[in-house]
Amino acid sequence: MTKVQINYYDGSQSEKTLTDEEIPFPEGKLIVSRTDTDGIITHCNQAFVDMSGFEKDELIGQPHCVLRHPDMPSAAFKDLWDTVKDQGKKWRGYVKNLRKDGSFYWVYAVVVPNVRDGKTVGFASIRRKPSRTKINELTETYKAMLAEEKKA
Amino acid sequence: MTYTMTVSPDFSPDYIAGWYIFNTWLQKKTGEGIHLKLYDSFDVQRKDIIDDKIDLIFANPYEAAMLIREKGFLAIAAPADKPDEAVICVKDDSDIQTVEDLKENCTIAMADDPQVNSVGMIMLEPADLNAKNISIEKQKNYVLVAKNLINETAEAGFFLLDAYDNMSKFVKSQIRPIITSEISVIRHIFLVGPKLSNKAEDIRALLNDMHNEDKGLKILQSLGFEAWENQTQEDSEFMLDLIDTLSD
Repeated sequence: MTKVQINYYDGSQSEKTLTDEEIPFPEGKLIVSRTDTDGIITHCNQAFVDMSGFEKDELIGQPHCVLRHPDMPSAAFKDLWDTVKDQGKKWRGYVKNLRKDGSFYWVYAVVVPNVRDGKTVGFASIRRKPSRTKINELTETYKAMLAEEKKA
Repeated sequence: MTYTMTVSPDFSPDYIAGWYIFNTWLQKKTGEGIHLKLYDSFDVQRKDIIDDKIDLIFANPYEAAMLIREKGFLAIAAPADKPDEAVICVKDDSDIQTVEDLKENCTIAMADDPQVNSVGMIMLEPADLNAKNISIEKQKNYVLVAKNLINETAEAGFFLLDAYDNMSKFVKSQIRPIITSEISVIRHIFLVGPKLSNKAEDIRALLNDMHNEDKGLKILQSLGFEAWENQTQEDSEFMLDLIDTLSD
């Protein structure tokens, strides 16, 4: 077990305890959640609850970055928010998520703005099982990005 | 005036009679003349939707985007507890146990169902398979997809779970599911077109109450489900957002 400090994209920080245990993505399922325009979780499905390790009540009302794993570079999330919030476009990418117990799981995530009557009212994030080849590629890429961020 | 109702071409042939009885029931309840027109091809049906020839439709979720966002249809109901799930099967004695056992250049059999095929392709992603590195064997129906597996002309096949469940014991004994989707929110929906928009809430109330009368329940059972469930516009918008995320 390792204690680490996580620096969030919005400038806040928190301390987490990590394990190196990977939890496999549930076969055939999609992990679904919705946030408001500030990234606060408003809805989530049972697969999201099961994989996060939190209770549903602990998730609703929390910022989505509660799942942020310290191995993920800030630049990935900046790109996500720039794409969906500022440009109103779909974002897709591979993400390593942190569970409540400190273990982790990988997903292929697609995030879309929820546009109603021409106005963005929130965002939906749909995660599916990623390819192991892509995870291996991205693990190296994210390591390099994190190293750059630490230098800066 | 006579309106036209249609049903997604992927419905099971077992339910043809049921849809005609449902049409008669709906005509009686609404007092409107409604003609039921059935199609065996999504393309032909889509052309008639584009040409504004359809007023009521039990639609495949992938058609719903065009119906709601481009043609002004209102979603009013969906079969209760009957999401559209997909299943990938292989021949029963195949060595393939998981999706990851499928390799590049394998042949996948599928029917003409955009929803099932999209979810099926997503379930192949963990094996690094996509439309560019597999061969696709398109079939007219799921029985022919099963035949591809049994005859070993395809390594795997995509099925609508409902279609798989309704296959004969003989066919099912020769094929084996390796993965089934559990998406839950994607489902066929019943929509009312702009010409009937002033009747939409009446039809919504009729469908939501249908299972409470004996005759209504029997008709629903002849369509393969037990009740309609209210489908709000937001339910449909969210389903379309979700489908959008699955399209790449």
